[in-house]
Amino acid sequence: MIVAEPKPISEVAELVRDSNHLLIVGCGECVTVCQVGGEKEVEVLASALRIMWKKDGRKGTIDTQTIVRQCEPEYVAELAKKVKEADCVLSLGCGVGVQFIAEAYPDKWVVPGLNTSFGGGTVQAGVWEERCGFCGDCILHLTGGICPIIRCSKSILNGPCGGSQDGHCELDKDIPCAWQLIYDRLKGLGRLDLLDAVQPPKDWTASRDGGPRKFVKEEAMIE
Amino acid sequence: MASKEPEAAAEPVEDGAAAGAAEDRAMPAEAAETGAAETGAAGGTGSSHPDFEPKIVAFCCYYCAYSAADLAGSMRLQYPANIRIIEVPCSGKVDPVILLKAFEEGADGVYVAGCMEGDCHFLKGNFRAKRRVQAVKKILDEIGLDGRRLEMFNLSAAMGTRFAEIAEEMTERIRQLGPSPVRPGASAAARPATVPDGAAEHEAAGKQGEVKPE
Repeated sequence: MIVAEPKPISEVAELVRDSNHLLIVGCGECVTVCQVGGEKEVEVLASALRIMWKKDGRKGTIDTQTIVRQCEPEYVAELAKKVKEADCVLSLGCGVGVQFIAEAYPDKWVVPGLNTSFGGGTVQAGVWEERCGFCGDCILHLTGGICPIIRCSKSILNGPCGGSQDGHCELDKDIPCAWQLIYDRLKGLGRLDLLDAVQPPKDWTASRDGGPRKFVKEEAMIE
Repeated sequence: MASKEPEAAAEPVEDGAAAGAAEDRAMPAEAAETGAAETGAAGGTGSSHPDFEPKIVAFCCYYCAYSAADLAGSMRLQYPANIRIIEVPCSGKVDPVILLKAFEEGADGVYVAGCMEGDCHFLKGNFRAKRRVQAVKKILDEIGLDGRRLEMFNLSAAMGTRFAEIAEEMTERIRQLGPSPVRPGASAAARPATVPDGAAEHEAAGKQGEVKPE
């Protein structure tokens, strides 16, 4: 899922400084799971901002709505009524959600309440870790299901490097060396032969090259 | 057998109604009288706002603090009438939204009272409450409301005296901090230094948190 982190409330307050009718929009997908942009977090932020506004003697309304997904136009369309009444929309979705709302309502000022961080998962309640860098050319079949692009600090393809110390990265003792993990896992699976092949430099054209990426699945198209 | 004020105490937790709801409920005359005498004493010395009667919402776990309040009643203990008790099935039921809503609705102070650490009826509810309280304290500091207005306490059902102490302690702390700037009647331009407009109505409403003799 997409993992995001909340912007500091002071920063958010500054972003909506000129608003008198604010709408805070939550998203029911990734940011609900990582507990930064779901229905509950929307209410917490709304309450905190209302307190700030009351404290400062500001008049204004803060409304809320959480939709199933901010990254699909048909759900974003459900916001129409409340967006119409608002002079500013604060999205607690990921960067995708913010942009889809902005695209759907071109005459509204839309601002982000989160910093979209990475593709990751839940390692324990309240802790999320990065696992995928969206490079567009997956090589997990070569590395025992452990991604060296994201989990190795240098993203090297023929590791480990000389900075691997006792199974940890030289960057930080709390970071496990991805290549140590890969070696241990492949050894356990009896597939160390995979490491005999020298991997050529990665083809990054599927990643950030050539502008924004687009994926088309024609058989899924209905028009 | 004495019991605590039922209307104020047995109210279920409701979003947005936490702070305001208790205010309209009247106390029996005898309890109100007892409370009036105590209010003067509770004013104490050394307060920055000696005449200010704070509204404090206490989220009390059924298995400890709520029972301790019962015991305080049985023991005929006096404690400030500023406390509005809201019973929760476990302190772990208390959510950051509920805490913030209480402040949003005008509470001057809020506290969560859960079981002693390691004694939670649901094993870890009080630890979760502790973390949530810490998180909301940070939010309160960030939005300029002062995190000290919120606190977490741990006690057992046998600690009637401690319950009364906590009520005193929190009332005194909030009296030092003064009225919440969010409280109805308070404005940013004229931050109340003594008794805000809402205090008079509070006086009239009587002593919701008071224990009722017999």
